[in-house]
Amino acid sequence: MTKDEIFAEATSVYDNYVEALATGTFEALQSYSRNLSERIIPRGVETHEVVGIVLLLRDVLARSLFAKYQGDFTKLNRILDAYEPAANRIANTVAVGFVQERERVIRQQQEAIRELSTPVLQVRERLLILPIIGVIDPQRARQLTEQLLRGIRTNRAKVVVIDITGVAAMDATVANHLVQTVEASRLLGATVIVTGLSPEIAQTIVNIGVDLGKMNTVGDLQGGIEQAERLLGYKVVPAGEAAAAA
Amino acid sequence: MPDDIRVLIRSNLDIVKARQEGRALAARTGFSATDVTLIATAISELARNIVSYARQGEIVLGVVESANAKGVTIISRDSGPGIRSIDDAMRDGYSTSGGLGLGLPGVRRLVDEFIIESVLGRGTVVRVTKWLR
Amino acid sequence: MEVPILKQGRYLIATIQAALSDEDLLQFRRALLDRVIQFRSRGVVVDVTALDVMDSFATRTLRDITYMIRLRGADTVIVGIQPEVAFAMVQLGLTLEGVATALDLEEGLAHLEQRARSSS
Repeated sequence: MTKDEIFAEATSVYDNYVEALATGTFEALQSYSRNLSERIIPRGVETHEVVGIVLLLRDVLARSLFAKYQGDFTKLNRILDAYEPAANRIANTVAVGFVQERERVIRQQQEAIRELSTPVLQVRERLLILPIIGVIDPQRARQLTEQLLRGIRTNRAKVVVIDITGVAAMDATVANHLVQTVEASRLLGATVIVTGLSPEIAQTIVNIGVDLGKMNTVGDLQGGIEQAERLLGYKVVPAGEAAAAA
Repeated sequence: MPDDIRVLIRSNLDIVKARQEGRALAARTGFSATDVTLIATAISELARNIVSYARQGEIVLGVVESANAKGVTIISRDSGPGIRSIDDAMRDGYSTSGGLGLGLPGVRRLVDEFIIESVLGRGTVVRVTKWLR
Repeated sequence: MEVPILKQGRYLIATIQAALSDEDLLQFRRALLDRVIQFRSRGVVVDVTALDVMDSFATRTLRDITYMIRLRGADTVIVGIQPEVAFAMVQLGLTLEGVATALDLEEGLAHLEQRARSSS
């Protein structure tokens, strides 16, 4: 932050502070702290910095009250009785506002990452590819299934290739999800081909009692796409050969 | 809870009614289309168990709220014959009415929390909850 | 509620239009089998697009219908299962094993045509 910015922020924090103290209402302060958080979170401002500023302001104000009323101890006491709970509540409001905003941003980012990490790609008419990369937890597995099922319907897909080459490990719960995804796709009328099944994951699937013979598996993604094309009635030949045959 | 929705289950016609009520409640509570369907399906299975095993009973639907979560809870209550072995009933493939025998373990997979109590000759209560996330 | 059953050439098309009670489903099963016999149909498409729940009873009944129609030498294909419904079905453990499925009516009819070609 530049000096001017800090001054501007400090002034509005102060104004809001005084308003909250004077009126006893916190709505304006709440919306200000939300607004402030929205502006400073993308710049990487940390929780301790925000809390630090609010606490500093609280102490500075308290000192000025001391300075002003030090001659009248009874009055100072009464003022502090009113000031302290209000000041603490102000600090609390701003800090909570900041943390909530940050959590919201984190949730949003998680959501975005999850969407990015499960792309349903249409490579040909009626053929979808779902490359799965990374760690799958039950929540992601479920989201993946829902996305695929919707994708099958909107793209009128007949064949789906799920490539799990990029999945290092899979526990029984997630393996179960994979099997359910295959079954649910079939209920919509689409055939699923699973490619890139590592021996370890194959073992997990067998261990949960699934007959691998009932699952359509092909060694690698390329082989999977070739089989999908055959199922769809495509015949892929090099352009030269096609011309020679014609 | 005052806002609970109570559906008497006396015949298979009431199964449709119970799941329609549940669907509407789940949608009002803010569940996604998929979760609404899961909830409606769970209600259908629970209500069906009442009709098949106890002839009559009730389904009570309500919204639950804790400190940081909100959800829908479904209570299925009957005064039928009760379940002799809950362990057996919770195992996939077990059935005493010639059905597919997937009822209760299947319902448990559809929801987040599943509690069952049964007394022989007195009846069965199943309480399930699905949380909004 | 009655399920309309349309005859289209050698095929029958049954469109379930709303949530059915158990009695409706059983009544539908009888009506459909009667028609298959009456018209000596080669195939049947059952469209379940309008069903928002397929519980164990509905699934079992549809499977039974398929098996009974097969005994009459005809094929059945279930079309229009919604994504959410399919998701709930597999969670329940209902996978309609041995029953043909297709995306929609058009795909269902194409499936029957293909079956007819490959068996003749």
